[in-house]
Amino acid sequence: MYLINTEYKVETPEGVDLTAELAGPIPRILAFIIDISIRFGVIYVFYLIFQSLNWTVGPVFIAYFLLEWFYPTLFEVLYRGQTPGKRIVGLVVVNDDLTPVSWNSSIIRNFLRTVDFLPVLYVGGLITMILNPHYKRLGDLSAGTIVVYKNRTKDSEQLPKVKAIAPNLTLELEDQVAIVNFTQRHSEFSSDRAQEIANILEPIHGLQNKNAVNHLHGLGKWYLGGKD
Amino acid sequence: MKQQAFEQKYESLWFEIENILSRKGDQLDIFAASNKTAVKEFPSLYRQLCQHLAVAKSRNYTPQLIGHLNELVLQSHHLLYQNNRYSQHKVLIFIFRTFPQAVRANGKLVLVSSLLFYLPLFFFALSCYFNPELIYSISDVFTVMEYESMYDPSNKSLGRERDSSDDLTMFGYYIFNNIGIGFRTFALGLIGGVGTVFILLFNGLHIGSVAGYLTQIGFVDTFYGFVVGHAAFELTGIVFSGAAGLKIGLALVDPGNLSRIDAMKLASKEAIIIVYGAAVMLLIAAFIEAFWSSSTAIPNSIKYTFGGSMAVLLTAYFLFVGKTRGSQ
Repeated sequence: MYLINTEYKVETPEGVDLTAELAGPIPRILAFIIDISIRFGVIYVFYLIFQSLNWTVGPVFIAYFLLEWFYPTLFEVLYRGQTPGKRIVGLVVVNDDLTPVSWNSSIIRNFLRTVDFLPVLYVGGLITMILNPHYKRLGDLSAGTIVVYKNRTKDSEQLPKVKAIAPNLTLELEDQVAIVNFTQRHSEFSSDRAQEIANILEPIHGLQNKNAVNHLHGLGKWYLGGKD
Repeated sequence: MKQQAFEQKYESLWFEIENILSRKGDQLDIFAASNKTAVKEFPSLYRQLCQHLAVAKSRNYTPQLIGHLNELVLQSHHLLYQNNRYSQHKVLIFIFRTFPQAVRANGKLVLVSSLLFYLPLFFFALSCYFNPELIYSISDVFTVMEYESMYDPSNKSLGRERDSSDDLTMFGYYIFNNIGIGFRTFALGLIGGVGTVFILLFNGLHIGSVAGYLTQIGFVDTFYGFVVGHAAFELTGIVFSGAAGLKIGLALVDPGNLSRIDAMKLASKEAIIIVYGAAVMLLIAAFIEAFWSSSTAIPNSIKYTFGGSMAVLLTAYFLFVGKTRGSQ
C-alpha cells in the first residue's frame, strides 16, 4: 500500500536531502490544455495570415510540424523546465535527480507522448501516471523525468479552529515539532491524508479519523502556546 | 544556537546566493567579466548552504526556514549540476562519429527493420505487377486514381495532383508528414515494438503496391524518375526510425539483467541518436523530393545518376565514417 505522499526526496552529492513536491494528473492536465490551446491558436493565426496574403502554405505545415514535436522541448530546455502552460500552473519538468532537464530527456519524454496518447486522448498516459508513485507517464519513465511544483507559495498560517488540549503524556522534542508542523500545515493536507497520518497514532490517543486529526491539532495548538 | 541567531549570522550568505540565482538566464556565463567572482565562489557558497540546511533540519528549526533553505539549495543545485554541455563541434561530431557509430552498433536491429519494411515492399510490388487488382486491397479506388494522376506523363510537375501545389508547399507537407511518420515509428516502439512493426509492414506494403501497379500500367519513367532521387534518404530514414523503435520495444520485452524501466531508459538514450539522424535524412529527402524529384525539366538519365550516387554515398557513409582504430 502506498501512503498518499507527494514528497519527492533526492540526496545530493553534498549529503543533504532535496525535497520537491510531485505534481499529479490534474494540474498537469490543466497545463497541457493551456499549452495545446496556445499551439492551436498560434497555428490558426499563422494560417489566417498566410491565407489572407495569398502566400504559399508550406511554412504553415513546417510551423505545425515544429509545434507538434518541439514546442514542449524548446520551452522545457530553454525556459527552465516550463512550457507556458506549466508556468501558469506552477509546474516544472526536471530529471529525476532534480537536475534541470536536458535536450535528450526532454525530447524522449515528448516524443513518447505519442504512446501516452494511446488508445485515445492520453488515457494510457493517465493510467500510467496514476499507477506510478511518482506520477510518471510512459514518456517520463523512459526519459527519467518528473514533474514537480515550483516555489509553492504557502498559505498564510491560519491555525485550525479547535480548542487547545493539554497533553497527558510527555513527548520528546522531535515529536512535539512533528505535531506542531502537522497543525501549522493543516491546510496543505487533503483530509484523507491528514486522517491517514493521524490514524498512525491511534495506539496513543485511541481516536480515529476526524477526531484523531482534531486531537492532534489541539495538541499542536497547546505546544504553540495557544489556549482557546 | 537559537534560530534567530542562526538566521542573523548567515542571512548575508543566503542573500548573496539569492543574488546569483536571480541573474538572468539559467546559465552563469563563465566568460562574462561581471560573473567571474560569482562563478568562482558559487560552489563554495553552495556547500555552505547545504550545511546550513542540514543543521537547520537537525536542530528542528521551523518548517518555514527549512523550506526557504531547501528552495535555495534546489535552485543552486539546478545551476550547478546542469548538464547541457555546449560544444561548438557538436553537430560535426554527431555527423562524423556519433550517428554512423550508433547505426553500426545497432546493425542487427537495422537489419530486422529493413526486412520488415523491404520484404513486404518487394513482395507486394511483384504481386501488384502481376495482378494489378491487388492494389485495391490496400487503397480505395479514388486513392488509386490520385496516384495515376500524380505520375501521369502529361504532368508539369510529378508526384502531386495535377500541378495543384507549389514546391514550397510540398516541402512543408513532406516535412510534416514524413518526419512525423519517422517520429511515430520510433515512439510506437514503446508498446513492445508492436506499433513500429505495424508501421513498417504497412508502409512497405503500401509503397510496394503503388510501385507494382504504376509499373504495370506503364508509368515507369515518371514514377521511378520521381522517386529515385530521394528514395535512398527517405526509405533509409524510415528503416532507421524503425530500428530505433524496435530498440526501445526490445528493451521492454527483454530487459536482460536490468529492471524494465532502467532498460527502457538506457535504450531510449541510444535510440534517440538514431532518431535524430533519421530526422535529418528525412529532411534531406523532403528537400530533394520537393525541389528536385518533382521537376520534369531534368532528364531522367540525370535523375537516375543522381539517385544512384546518393545511394552509394549513403552506403559508404554508414559503412566507413566514424570508424576508429583501437580505443578512442
